[in-house]
Amino acid sequence: MSASTDSFLERAPIEARDWLVQLLPAPLQWFTHHLITIGAILAVFGLFFAFTTVAERKLLGRLQNRLGPNRSGLPKFSALPWHLKHKLFGLTQPFADAVKALTKEDIVPAAADKLLHFLAPVLVVAFSLLTFAVLPFGRNMVPVDLDAGLLYFFAAGSATELTIFMAGWASRNKYSLLAAMRALAQVISYELPLLLSVVPVVLVAGTLSTNEIVTAQGGWSFGILPHWNIFTPWGFIGFLLFLVAALAECNRSPFDLPEAESELIAGHLTEYSGFKYALFFMAEYFGLTALSGLGVTLFLGGWQAPCDFLPFIPSYVWFMGKLVMMIVFFIWVRGTLLRLRIDQLTRLAWQFIVPLALINLGNAAFWALTASWAGPLQLVRLGVSLALVVGPFILLGRRLNIGRGPRTYRYATS
Amino acid sequence: MTLALILLSVLILGSAAVAIALRNLIHSALLFVGCWAGIAAFYLWAGAEFVAFAQVLIYVGAVSMVVLFAVLLTRQGNELEPVKDDSFNRFIRALIAGGSVAGVLLGAILGTPMDVNTASPAPTMTVRELGARLMGPHAAALLIVGVLLTVALLGAVVLAAVDRSDQPEDAP
Repeated sequence: MSASTDSFLERAPIEARDWLVQLLPAPLQWFTHHLITIGAILAVFGLFFAFTTVAERKLLGRLQNRLGPNRSGLPKFSALPWHLKHKLFGLTQPFADAVKALTKEDIVPAAADKLLHFLAPVLVVAFSLLTFAVLPFGRNMVPVDLDAGLLYFFAAGSATELTIFMAGWASRNKYSLLAAMRALAQVISYELPLLLSVVPVVLVAGTLSTNEIVTAQGGWSFGILPHWNIFTPWGFIGFLLFLVAALAECNRSPFDLPEAESELIAGHLTEYSGFKYALFFMAEYFGLTALSGLGVTLFLGGWQAPCDFLPFIPSYVWFMGKLVMMIVFFIWVRGTLLRLRIDQLTRLAWQFIVPLALINLGNAAFWALTASWAGPLQLVRLGVSLALVVGPFILLGRRLNIGRGPRTYRYATS
Repeated sequence: MTLALILLSVLILGSAAVAIALRNLIHSALLFVGCWAGIAAFYLWAGAEFVAFAQVLIYVGAVSMVVLFAVLLTRQGNELEPVKDDSFNRFIRALIAGGSVAGVLLGAILGTPMDVNTASPAPTMTVRELGARLMGPHAAALLIVGVLLTVALLGAVVLAAVDRSDQPEDAP
């Protein structure tokens, strides 16, 4: 790679950690090495979560033609002789929210299964944090470089389903249990499209290691066109399918039926209050961030710079920039699209996304097999691959709503 | 290393034993999930990374859901109500079923040559080798398993599907 690989900023975080580690006696070094990594992830993504919430509230506010939170400045410390009057654009809102959540009364229903009711929010945060372990945040900056990293990611993520069930069941509330079942039905039916949209990347890269998948996307054509997976026909449709499935997995709008606040009470979170509720909220954002990070890793080139002359900017800055773009996109989607009904949700998954993902898998296999084609054959390759994307998309999309005319109601008028 | 193995076996056997002893079915099911997670940790301890993550993905993620849904959907009335100690007949049947499984497992364990003293290098196998092995010599087994699971899935769909075309309010 170019000399900029060795720029000071690029190496700084790793070298700072290594310097700290070598100060300690040898038996403690391995332990401290990982402890520092964990601390860094907790600090960075804890703050990232805090500012995601404020960004979400402000952006949603702007999308709905209102201001969003802008009142919380700094508190007045009586020891200080002066006080900052500026409200800081409401950027300290997440800290005020955290204090509020911490000091709220924690109510547990008398009939609840106390242990499971307590364990559910703890486990959900733990599992959603586990997924960060295999994301490559920058060059040489993957916390645990596993050979089967992608499998680990989905294994850690799949355990959150269990916590949804625990929360719903332990609350001893019929609405909680029903909503937990709805949430599980949604999460389980979108697990398959999510995995299927990821498989083509594994097929073409030939590895399950997240780090190697990013490395495989390095390089540029003509210095400006990066070799990211999203710039191939199968990668483009794969990325779109991944986005839809990721939104559904995170229970985000337009797939937020499990806790549709205007229709259900609060889904499986009905009986949670105070900090436990905040923990669920936190886990949801951690899950969203981790899935966005995975999307960046698999389709958007991870920490690779988009142009030949840009790698002087450190790789982790690129990763975080792409991550922020993904999150902002998700907030934009939330402010724009309407919520789906549960039958539309499952039909979309099984009749549209799963078949498309399966065809896309074949498409990726074709792409991988024709990697040696050169010259004009490359155009043929591109054309066939594009046809395999556009054709099924149009055909399946047209078929999706055939015979599903305007809805009729027996007990209501529309 | 041995300490980790002891801790893991205590976790696995302990959670399994408590799961059997508990009279609350949901708690038992959740403890079994803990047991499966412990087995995954044991695979990790043994160096079988791929198998460990597959174990978590399939057992902790999917099979646990099947078990929990089965418990919730089949038990009429109060699922918090503890399961009562049943008749002697049931005890005998449980003993026969459990005993035969234990017999098969014990036979398999005793039939395996276990010369732990041979100093063999730790087996290392990358996921790529594993995949090549599965797609090459063991492709037939993989295909058969895939067909079996697909048939099971289709069967479940056929069993669960209800034709509701005569109820207009269900048509969106």
